[in-house]
Formats: sequence, structure tokens, C-alpha cells
Amino acid sequence: MAFISEFGCWLPTRVVTNEEAGAWVGADAEWVRGVSGIEERRFARVEDTVAAMASQAGLDCLRRAGVEARSLGLVMVASGSGERSFPGPAAETALLLGIPGTPALDVPMASAGSLFALGLAARLAASVGPILVIGAEKMSSIALREPMERGVAVLFGDGAGAALVTPDHGSLELIDVELASDGAYAADLCLEPGQPLTMNGRSVILQAARKVPAAIRAVLERHAIAPPDVAAFLMHQANQNLIVKIAAALGVPAARFYSNIRRYGNTSSASMLIAAAEWLRESPPAPGAPVVFAAFGAGFHWGAVLARAR
Amino acid sequence: MDRRPKLIEILRQVTQKDVNPADDESLFESGTLDSFALPDLVSALEQEYGISIPDSDMNPRKFETLARMNGYLDSRL
Repeated sequence: MAFISEFGCWLPTRVVTNEEAGAWVGADAEWVRGVSGIEERRFARVEDTVAAMASQAGLDCLRRAGVEARSLGLVMVASGSGERSFPGPAAETALLLGIPGTPALDVPMASAGSLFALGLAARLAASVGPILVIGAEKMSSIALREPMERGVAVLFGDGAGAALVTPDHGSLELIDVELASDGAYAADLCLEPGQPLTMNGRSVILQAARKVPAAIRAVLERHAIAPPDVAAFLMHQANQNLIVKIAAALGVPAARFYSNIRRYGNTSSASMLIAAAEWLRESPPAPGAPVVFAAFGAGFHWGAVLARAR
Repeated sequence: MDRRPKLIEILRQVTQKDVNPADDESLFESGTLDSFALPDLVSALEQEYGISIPDSDMNPRKFETLARMNGYLDSRL
């Protein structure tokens, strides 16, 4: 299908602790940690636009891969927090990467955007060449909208992650993709223009706790792989309690799900690729080991991508 | 409600709390059931009553009170 040759990421330097975030909504730090697993998150500066963050993650990825931006056939930027309704941040990201003229595609999806972009890139790379997939989010601009809600304001952080998808070589071979959407739940997690985020947390958790394990099982069963044989699950970092629940549903130890939500909070569509970038540096998989990417987000959109280490 | 003792038993098992809610008491508002216990409750109901609850029926309000749970089970059994 295609390969991932490298990951990259960029995170703001400003650390926002639970003490600081909790004070905005009258919550104590321990409550925030208990309901989410989050201890701190990063907030970007005013001048850090989604495109600026995306380009930094993209450059980090290209640098690590030793690839020039001009060799890219396509740039994809997943984000649900772009500053404008249109244009999205993709074209500006390509400009900041120094490659104006290269096609750049926005994937305007919160949380599951980088998974969908990765799934699309896996199928497109053979025809368009190397694709830089980026997830970039400035969730602080959304989470802090008034009136702030206790269950929303403390959850989110800013950041960007990237993956270079190539048609012919890389450390992870993309094997299969399982993506799904159901608009019946659009109102359960949505952002109206200028309004605060609306989230029916019970519905989100209930649906995610069922749909994500089902998508992972579906993609694994097609290749006769049992969940315990997967070396690492790289999932959208929405909530540590949800990650633990999904791991239990699959019958695998929670530690098999790489997690950095404690440090970065929920960075929406950026989180999966930020996690992947850190995971690959910390625990490179053995050759042949299966690796699963998974996400669930507003829409609802969800799915899983199966890869195998080379 | 015939199923009340069994539903209470399931609820206690899932929440690890010694609760005894009224039939119409909101399990969410009372703090008995949080977002992360809800999927476990649904799975426990499926197991106990031998049914598969489709994702389209996964509306939290269907499981908000013992009465609603009972009504949903009536419609499925």
C-alpha cells in the first residue's frame, strides 16, 4: 500500500499546569487528573497559527527523514481549529514549508483528522508520490471560549504532529485501513462559529468505547492478527480513562497503548502523530511487529490503520 | 419492576458502589454512573439478558434511570 518513513512533531513551550487550568473553572488539579489522566498541557502563543505549528512539525519530520520539501507530491493538514472557515491551513503550511505550488489538502476534522489523512495518504502515495501528513491544532483558542465549562476547558492543549508517507520505503509499512463515519451524532461533539465547544461526554465515551475496539478488531481480523500480538497502539490521546477502557475491551495491557496525554492533554487531530513521533524515538518496534493507529472524533468519525514494522 | 433487583445488582457491580436508586432517579445527576462506567453497564446488560445492543441504541438517556433501562429491555426482550 505505502510506507511511513518518519514522524515529526512540534509543541509550544508554555506549560499550563492542572492548578492553573483548574482555577479557570473552579476544579482542583487532582480532579482534572482523575477524570482525564492529564497533568499539564501546552498552550501556543498568539503568533503561533495552526499553519505555523503545522509547518514546524512538518519540517521536523522532513529533517528526520532527510527529505527535501520540494520532493513532496502532496501536503495534507488535518485540523479542527483553523483560524478561518476557509481557506484552511494547508496551503499556508505548504508556503511556510517553502513549496508554494505543491498541492495542499485540508482535512477539516477534529480528533480523527490525522487518522483519516493517514488512511487517504496510504492509498494516494502510489500515484502522487511522498505525502506529508500533518495534524495541527490550537485547541486553546476553543477551550477558553466563554462560558468555560469544567468538563471542556481543562482537557485540551496545542501542538502538531506529522508523518511522511512514501510509496516505496519506510520504517512502517501501511497494510490496511478501516475508516467509518456516522453523522447521526454530529450534535454530540461540535463547534459552531464563535461559540464554545459543545460536547455530550457520555455519548462520546459510550460510542468511542464500542466503535474504536470494533474498528481495530476489524482491521486486525482481516490479517489474522490477535490484539495481544500488536506491538503498539498509537491512538488519539483523548482521555487516559478511555484509552484504558479500549485496551481492556481488546484484552491487551493498557501499557501497550502509547500515552503522552499526561504531558500534553488532548491535542485533537495532532495527538496521534505527536504520540507516534515520541513512541518511535522511545521504543522502535522489532521488524515485523504489527502497529495500530486509531482515533475517534467529532462527526462521529473513527477508524484504525494497521502497519507493520520493517 | 421485576428486573429491579437484577438491575441494582448489575449497577452495584459496575460502579462498585452500594447504591439503591429510585426507579426514576437520574444515575448521572446523582453521580452513581459516570461516563466511563456507562459502557460497562451496557456491556453488563447485554451479557445478563443475552442481547446485542446496536450502536444506534447507544443513547445515554436510555440508561439514565432504572425505569428507562427496564423500558429499553422490555422493547428488546
